[in-house]
Amino acid sequence: MLAFILRRLGTMVVTMLCLTMVVFFMVNLEPNLKKLAISQLDMRSPPEQLESWLVKNGYRQNFFVRYGQWIGVVQKQPNVDPATGKATPRFSFCNEPAEPYYGGILQGDFGCSTKFKTTVSAKLWPALGATGILMFWVMVTMVPIALLIGILAGMREGSKTDRSLSVASITTTATPEYVSGVIFTVIFATWLGWLNGSAASATGQGITFYNFTLPVMTMAIYGIGYIARMTRASMVEVMTQQYIRTARLKGLSFSGVVVKHALRNALIAPFTVIMLQFPWLLTGVVIVETMFRYQGFGFTLVEAAGNNDIDLLLGCSLVSVFVVLFTQLISDVGYAYLNPRIRVQ
Amino acid sequence: MQLEFIGAFQIVLGVIARFWPVWLALAIVFAASLFYRKKLGLYGQLFDSGVGVTGVFICLFWLFTAISASWVAPFDPLAQVPIMKDALPGAVVPDGGGVYLFGGDKLARDVFSRMVHGSQIVLIIAPAATAFALMVGATLGLPAGYYGGRIDSVLSFLANLVLAFPVILLFYLLVTPGIVETGLPRWMAGLFFLFPIIFFATLFYTRFKNRPERLYLLLGLTILIGGWVYVGLVFDADPLGVISIAPNELNIFVAVVFASSPGVFRIVRGLVMDIKTRDYIAAAQTRGETPWYTMLWEILPNARGPLIVDACLRIGYTTILLGTLGYFGLGLAPESPDWGTAIKDSSRLLRSFIHPALPPTFALMSFVLGLNLLADALREQSMKD
Repeated sequence: MLAFILRRLGTMVVTMLCLTMVVFFMVNLEPNLKKLAISQLDMRSPPEQLESWLVKNGYRQNFFVRYGQWIGVVQKQPNVDPATGKATPRFSFCNEPAEPYYGGILQGDFGCSTKFKTTVSAKLWPALGATGILMFWVMVTMVPIALLIGILAGMREGSKTDRSLSVASITTTATPEYVSGVIFTVIFATWLGWLNGSAASATGQGITFYNFTLPVMTMAIYGIGYIARMTRASMVEVMTQQYIRTARLKGLSFSGVVVKHALRNALIAPFTVIMLQFPWLLTGVVIVETMFRYQGFGFTLVEAAGNNDIDLLLGCSLVSVFVVLFTQLISDVGYAYLNPRIRVQ
Repeated sequence: MQLEFIGAFQIVLGVIARFWPVWLALAIVFAASLFYRKKLGLYGQLFDSGVGVTGVFICLFWLFTAISASWVAPFDPLAQVPIMKDALPGAVVPDGGGVYLFGGDKLARDVFSRMVHGSQIVLIIAPAATAFALMVGATLGLPAGYYGGRIDSVLSFLANLVLAFPVILLFYLLVTPGIVETGLPRWMAGLFFLFPIIFFATLFYTRFKNRPERLYLLLGLTILIGGWVYVGLVFDADPLGVISIAPNELNIFVAVVFASSPGVFRIVRGLVMDIKTRDYIAAAQTRGETPWYTMLWEILPNARGPLIVDACLRIGYTTILLGTLGYFGLGLAPESPDWGTAIKDSSRLLRSFIHPALPPTFALMSFVLGLNLLADALREQSMKD
């Protein structure tokens, strides 16, 4: 088992290296660099000035040198002004030592955000915390509801409950966040006025039922259907097993059989499904946070991508790729742990 | 100037009347399908269940709407009638110009016409992108599952790389005007669009190797038609001028194919690994069939059930992806009538006007729902066999 985990961790590191290199390549394409230079200087700056800005700030160095600097295996050189010979930081809002140093991801230095005029760490970690709160509430509402629907539907396959719950879960998988968000806002904010159609106040004044219900609801609804269907399929399979029939025949009540015998085995598959939901939960986070103006990870990602904020976007990619790969690992390990029939070689 | 309005009942009647070509086509198709359902195989069996009928109905409804959009929509999707800015549903255009059935949006365009025309964009890109993703996924997934070993490790690693990217990040990196400038989408399109040609060429070659007269005809046709579409799509240099695609649309298309082919790859690979242990594969191998013949003519036809179901779900998923792209204003033109862009534009103004937001949301939702119901009914039917 340990060897398996170690091998998976190794693959994970290689994958992250490859992916960050791809992102690094994409954000440093010529049009993106030009866009960055224009946003940092002025719309009407002549091309030579833009070029000299890019050279001065080290964007014209060799690709692999820069990638190495970002990771932290190549030294970053101080930005020496040729006229005075003094070292000045590239960005006034970011501290930078005056001598060559290693400052990359491995040293915990994520770089400077050109959009928010601060260090990436100062922007990224609070945003992740805010998204963590959102995710927590989404999980707390989504998982129990989805499991309950799935179990109720799968308990008696083909019954009226099963059919109506199945159609309901198909409907929720057909409503992406930007659709359900609009519909919920219209119903609960515009018509009924019960909830706030914006979560902007949640960042400053704290989370309340009034401003946080709509984002949580919108995100949860898309996931519920999928998890419920997986749970249902797993439950249906378990209910046809011999040991369920034996338990029924020896005189146990139906509910007793469901709770004591079926549930435990039926919940193994949904566990992996829930873990594998994270890649698109991230997409959902981006949509919901943009829609409801909640300043979390997704909001930061959109701002970084829209303004070609290179270091911030790289940080966001690293975090999201890490989350995806890590949850995949947990799902595999957890599956092997929960289901003794699966043995890892 | 005061606008005149028609009542709610008249709006409903008006909308139903506008869709007359769709109802006509639906009636013909349904009557024919019900009449011949015994002979239609899997498609005919769909009409046995309520879920199946609903799914077919919704999908065909949008298909016919897309085909007959210019007859259904009363106005041009980009035409502006200044006085109709933010007009409520049922507002009558002065001087006998017609009725804005679902009202006007913030740029005084007819919401109903935009919704109808939006279906065209979705119904062209989503199925086509899914078809390409299927070809790419199948062409790579078959050898990965069949041979295993190093090919499998390399291809699976690449597929996992793409799958580990959150879709939205992928789109933000791939679908920007800057990327179009670098020519990257063209390179990727050049790569992806080769796969269908390779796929069909191999398909025919393995089957008709010993019957040259059929082989040369089919290979010639593949290369001719494939090459024609390829030149039109990738280089935008179709000699006949029929096939052309705007650079930003090509960009979207490539991004969507890129995002969804690893999923197809994984499914095909899993199916192949399952099917290759069957006896009829061993029989084919003993007969001395080549590996590619076994893959394309023995394994692939037997994997069609799950693949058809997956294709239905995937078209729905692609529709959602297109909506996401529109919602973030990536790739599509800002005045494009597609549903995602319309939702983006109207969702910012929900506090004051809700009517421009509802038609595109319900359109997108119903189309995806129809595809999901169709997939569900197909799955039920294939389980029965």
